[in-house]
Amino acid sequence: MPGKLKAKIVAGRHLPVMDRASDLTDAFVEVKFGNTTFKTDVYPKSLNPQWNSEWFKFEVDDEDLQDEPLQITVLDHDTYSANDSIGKVYIDIDPLLCSEAATVISGWLPIYDTIHGIRGEINVLVKVDLFNDLNRFRQSSCGVKFFCTTSVPRCYRAVLVHGFVEELVVNEDPEYQWIDRIRTPRASNEARQRLIFLMSGELQRKIGLKVLEMGGNAVVGYLQCFDLEGESGLVVRAIGTACTLEKISTFPATATHPSNSSPSKDMKEPGFGEEAPGVPLSSGPPTPLRAQTFSSFSPSKSYSRQSSSSDTELSLTPKTGMGSGGSVGKEAGPLKALLRQQTQSALEQREYPFFTLTAFPPGFLLHVGGVVSARSVKLLDRIHNPDEPETRDAWWEEIRQEIKSHAKALGCHAVVGYSESTSICEEVCILSASGTAAILSSRFMQDGPPDTEHRFEEVVSPGCGFCHIPYDELNIPFPAQLTYCYCCRRYKVPDVLFTTIDLPNEANVTGKGCLIQARLCRTKKKAQGEGNATAISSLLPFLEYELHTQLMNKLKLRSMNALFGLRIQISVGETMLLGIASATGVYLTALPSPGGIQIAGKTPSDITYEQHISTMQKKINDTIAKNKELHDINPPEVVEEIIGSPIPEPRQRSRLFRSHSESSDEVSELDLSHGKKDAFVLEIDDTDAVEDIHALLTDSPTPAGFYSCNTEIMPGIQNWTSAIQMFTSVRVFRLNANLTNQGLNKIFSDLCENLLKSLYFKLRSMVPCCLCHLNFTVAIPEDELIQVAVTAVAMSFDKEQPLENGKQSGEKTLIKAVTENDEQLQFNLELNAETSSSNPRSSPKGLSEVGSHLSARASSVDYSSFADRCSSWIEQLKLKAHTIRRGSVKTTSSLEKASPLPEGRSRSLRSDRSYSGSSVAVVKMTPLSFIPGAKIIKYLGIINMFFIRETSSLREEGGVSGFLHTFIAEVFAMVRAHVAALGGNAVVSYSMKECVFMENPNKNQAQCLINVSGDAVIFVRESELDSTLVQTQSATTHPSNGGEGT
Amino acid sequence: MSVELDVFVGNTTIMDKEVYQLWLNGYTVNDAVKVRIEGGVMEECEASAEVLLSDTMDQYRTFQMCERLLHHPAKLANQLLFQIPPDRQAMLIERYYAFDDLFVREVLGKKLSKGTKKDLDDVSTKTGITLKSCRRQFDNFKRVFKVVEELKGPLVENIRQHFLLPDQLARDYAAIVFFANNRFETGKKKLQYLTFQDFAFCAGQLINNWTLGAVDNMMEDMDVDLDKEFLQDLKDLKILITDKDLLDQHKSLVCTALRGKTNVYNEMEANFKNLSRGLVNIAAKLINAKDVRDFFIDLVEKFIEPCRSDKWTSIDMNLYLTHYTNSAHILDTFKHHAVWTRYMGVIKSCILRLYHD
Repeated sequence: MPGKLKAKIVAGRHLPVMDRASDLTDAFVEVKFGNTTFKTDVYPKSLNPQWNSEWFKFEVDDEDLQDEPLQITVLDHDTYSANDSIGKVYIDIDPLLCSEAATVISGWLPIYDTIHGIRGEINVLVKVDLFNDLNRFRQSSCGVKFFCTTSVPRCYRAVLVHGFVEELVVNEDPEYQWIDRIRTPRASNEARQRLIFLMSGELQRKIGLKVLEMGGNAVVGYLQCFDLEGESGLVVRAIGTACTLEKISTFPATATHPSNSSPSKDMKEPGFGEEAPGVPLSSGPPTPLRAQTFSSFSPSKSYSRQSSSSDTELSLTPKTGMGSGGSVGKEAGPLKALLRQQTQSALEQREYPFFTLTAFPPGFLLHVGGVVSARSVKLLDRIHNPDEPETRDAWWEEIRQEIKSHAKALGCHAVVGYSESTSICEEVCILSASGTAAILSSRFMQDGPPDTEHRFEEVVSPGCGFCHIPYDELNIPFPAQLTYCYCCRRYKVPDVLFTTIDLPNEANVTGKGCLIQARLCRTKKKAQGEGNATAISSLLPFLEYELHTQLMNKLKLRSMNALFGLRIQISVGETMLLGIASATGVYLTALPSPGGIQIAGKTPSDITYEQHISTMQKKINDTIAKNKELHDINPPEVVEEIIGSPIPEPRQRSRLFRSHSESSDEVSELDLSHGKKDAFVLEIDDTDAVEDIHALLTDSPTPAGFYSCNTEIMPGIQNWTSAIQMFTSVRVFRLNANLTNQGLNKIFSDLCENLLKSLYFKLRSMVPCCLCHLNFTVAIPEDELIQVAVTAVAMSFDKEQPLENGKQSGEKTLIKAVTENDEQLQFNLELNAETSSSNPRSSPKGLSEVGSHLSARASSVDYSSFADRCSSWIEQLKLKAHTIRRGSVKTTSSLEKASPLPEGRSRSLRSDRSYSGSSVAVVKMTPLSFIPGAKIIKYLGIINMFFIRETSSLREEGGVSGFLHTFIAEVFAMVRAHVAALGGNAVVSYSMKECVFMENPNKNQAQCLINVSGDAVIFVRESELDSTLVQTQSATTHPSNGGEGT
Repeated sequence: MSVELDVFVGNTTIMDKEVYQLWLNGYTVNDAVKVRIEGGVMEECEASAEVLLSDTMDQYRTFQMCERLLHHPAKLANQLLFQIPPDRQAMLIERYYAFDDLFVREVLGKKLSKGTKKDLDDVSTKTGITLKSCRRQFDNFKRVFKVVEELKGPLVENIRQHFLLPDQLARDYAAIVFFANNRFETGKKKLQYLTFQDFAFCAGQLINNWTLGAVDNMMEDMDVDLDKEFLQDLKDLKILITDKDLLDQHKSLVCTALRGKTNVYNEMEANFKNLSRGLVNIAAKLINAKDVRDFFIDLVEKFIEPCRSDKWTSIDMNLYLTHYTNSAHILDTFKHHAVWTRYMGVIKSCILRLYHD
């Protein structure tokens, strides 16, 4: 029941002039919580009022505390007419409800008005006294911690990972209520803002309850979204991963693992403590991916899904429970199989074995199967009873089932890097879900087998284990080209691996990665209702197919063999569909080297035609060569082996594989992967192929000194400096009517390319630098408009140190940290031996590798229903089988020895100076889960803010660009101010989840909605930490967490 | 087909110094892009003209949004909208308040009124500085003037604190305010050879020695006005030229001291009385506001020009003024030593500064 919320209004500053006559303002403040309102006195004639109010006290249920925001309204007192509102501040008090987060909110917060923007600031103090409540039937879930971060937060250790939690609440959208016709735009905007605040609070509380029920104490990878369904309502939904986290006492951890503070793959790891010596990173919302798309469209409201996509049925067929697991090692075979089975059954008991995490504690992620995704097209209808949002629930349930069965078809029992999204246009809604099928260790699962037994699984060669296929070789769900792992030579790996997760920290990577983007635009006829939905759902598979093909081509063009952080967004408009797929391409050392791309003409009769082809071929070859150099991809010397020849040693095992087979029901996806040909062949007779080639060659390379990726870290770059710059850029492009698909594609592609070029130019002063977590979102705000929004962070790095070295030292640290993990002490020797020995094969005993099967799913898009169409494409796309390179492992591991740790540490010392004299605390923002060169010492709570801004004087505010520029700057300012008020100095895992912009230049009006979220944290520079350590020589001191500058 | 909206917002506001300067100089976006292209930034960064245009527009928008904060520089430090590192803030302010010497020469000593502002297009044509830039500079002068006009205490310090300007710039603004307030005439042809820095130096001398604040900086009044009492006392110096004995005595003392030490001894000796009359008359007239305005013209006409035509060097000038000042103290019947020192100290340094060989 109980909680006492206390608020004190201290002062205001920079208030706007509300009384023209005196050029001053008579301001007072209303403080409202639930239905209780308090007022301060009027502070007459001042733009900088000092109210110094008493403490206003609200005695409320903790349920309300979770749902309601504290609402502060600043008004101008007017004796004769109604008081004018200056603006409002909504304060989410959730962070105060958790003992480990913030204890007080205190500071200057911007006063915000939906029409005028920020109008001055107000200084407030807010506290909560919470009494313990032992009522088991409680409706509140105070104390459950929420994190947007999609990995185990830095200063915590995961004890248990309980699994998927989801919830959804619906309401009528105030903007569409009848009353909206008679109220002012301001009132309507405020009603909306407040409603969304309430709904998010409620949603969070309900999810918290579910977490408590599961026995957890936190939600990691919390992803909350709004669906503005217009007439049919407003849906707020959230998914996350319930965990039991344990706080790591900060200092001992660092003290005992000094290695942690040095850059392992990026130096941010420090907080991860024992559990996570190197696992950190995670990227934002991972998304859809390639592979299994299928779209089901249900014309009549929600049931009856048309089986237009046949794969649906297939994937629903039950799999044999244990068969799909995959590999069994020699000696440990039986035991292992048993364990695997147990894990699997543990997972199967869950409704959805989904995890929104994109990075995992070591030993958790065993194998990766590939991306699974599902989409469905729905017609929106009015939500009649907001308390029973069953339709929406049912829709998502359907999709999740789909995903689950796809994962099974890949021989996987879990889906990681899972996310959901929607795109709405009028009454049509596309629901999408995607993730990466994977096999997880049961180590963190409550109902899994006891921990001890599991050690066997954990000691897999960390660099390649996740690549090993989880499915049965003889019954591959799709025709992939399997080879023996180039690292360990024991297990099979696919030729290409696509995933939605971050690159595991321990992965062996050759060279650097880069952003790979596929973009596509397809026109569609204007239609209504069901017809429209049908049209869309029949277009979707083609769209996905082509996106996939583009990704594949671009991947080959860069000589890479794996994609991480794959996120496919499909956006629907009245007359077109837009698709954008972004991912970070890398060259996984464990996977075969990709072949080149070969162009073939069908009718080689004409000489000029041949010349044309050969010039193109030359261009492509040149590009590939250039890209290799650019990304440092120099796989070590190749030992030619006969293609397809069995690799001697693992033979036996391969026989074992055969025993389970049975997963043949997956429709084989495109036959992208016919081995034994020399290269990926593009036949340019086909207009599609011409387009593809065109797209391939028009992607301009990143300028010198720049790298880009959409994951948390860039493989191959570790030595970050502390200079970071988070930014958001938005562009809206107006199209001419009547463009062809090809024309549209070109425009759309250029739009994205130009945007990237502008970013590089803007950030040129940070070179050498990497744009990390580049997150593109596209929308079609109205006919003929394309909107592209990008949020990312630019991070500088030091060049001096050879990158190879950096990477190796990173790896070394990692290994070291692993060894220090007491749970794994017994494997010390083996691990060390493995890393330093030049031949990994000689390393641990058989059983240690048992768990290491990862698998990748190469190309797979299954649209069997379009088989005829597809078959023609299939001919064009061929994979080349590869020569096997033996030397690779050797080289890397010898390099590993090279780098002395200290180098890594000294690097991190370079921090930008903190400027004194500024009266406003500097707050850093980043979409990543860490801050380079710094250690996060405390999480203060989740930031989840929703703002609406409207104007009816667009021209006066600098046109659409001026309007949006100001608004985004205001949103940043409000986020920073709230974080600073919580006592924080940074926001990590920041994302702008919604940016809906509407304009009506003729009426001189525009409106924009923005939703942002992230985790407020306190960080301390590593250099400061180090010095503290040195001085005290003790592991018990705690650093002061004063917000340091910059 | 067109880009309808194009914005870039960084958590730390990105500002390019070069573009800022172009904006301050009043270039249009298109002109600025041209200048940047010529500057070669494109080749350096592998950018295209489109990229440059987009960047320039974006920066211009940012500057416009910041401009109202720059009008009250203290606000820049505690506003929340833009996160700008303090060193950048200082740069923004300093450059915003920087002005062109060419421009300031045109308006120095003029009333900072609407009328003057209307004439800015002429100034713009004459100086080749864009009208936009002229307006910004003029408005800066006016804004600083308005704020410090009301304030007590030392002028330079007030400007520095309110506008967060570096020392030298604050001094220059003090000079501008001082000139505007006293309406010193600086535009006459005879004064054209003088630079703004010449005048700023003199203004510094006057502020430090001839205002009320110079005597007692606790005074209610501020640094902007000359010390009336002192101006009144200056009339007493007339005795140096009205009393024939005193004048002759003064002359002989100076001549004795200078004999053999200067090449222009003869001219000096011949002109002594004229020169002395000139200086003392200036002193005696300063009590009239109108004559204050002509202070610099008088100095040039009555003293600097005669000396220049006699080809004095700066060394001659220095020697002469030193002895001229000191000798007066030896005169038996001359009693106004304090006033004389206060007057001649400033006059000497001003003349030395204004006398260009």
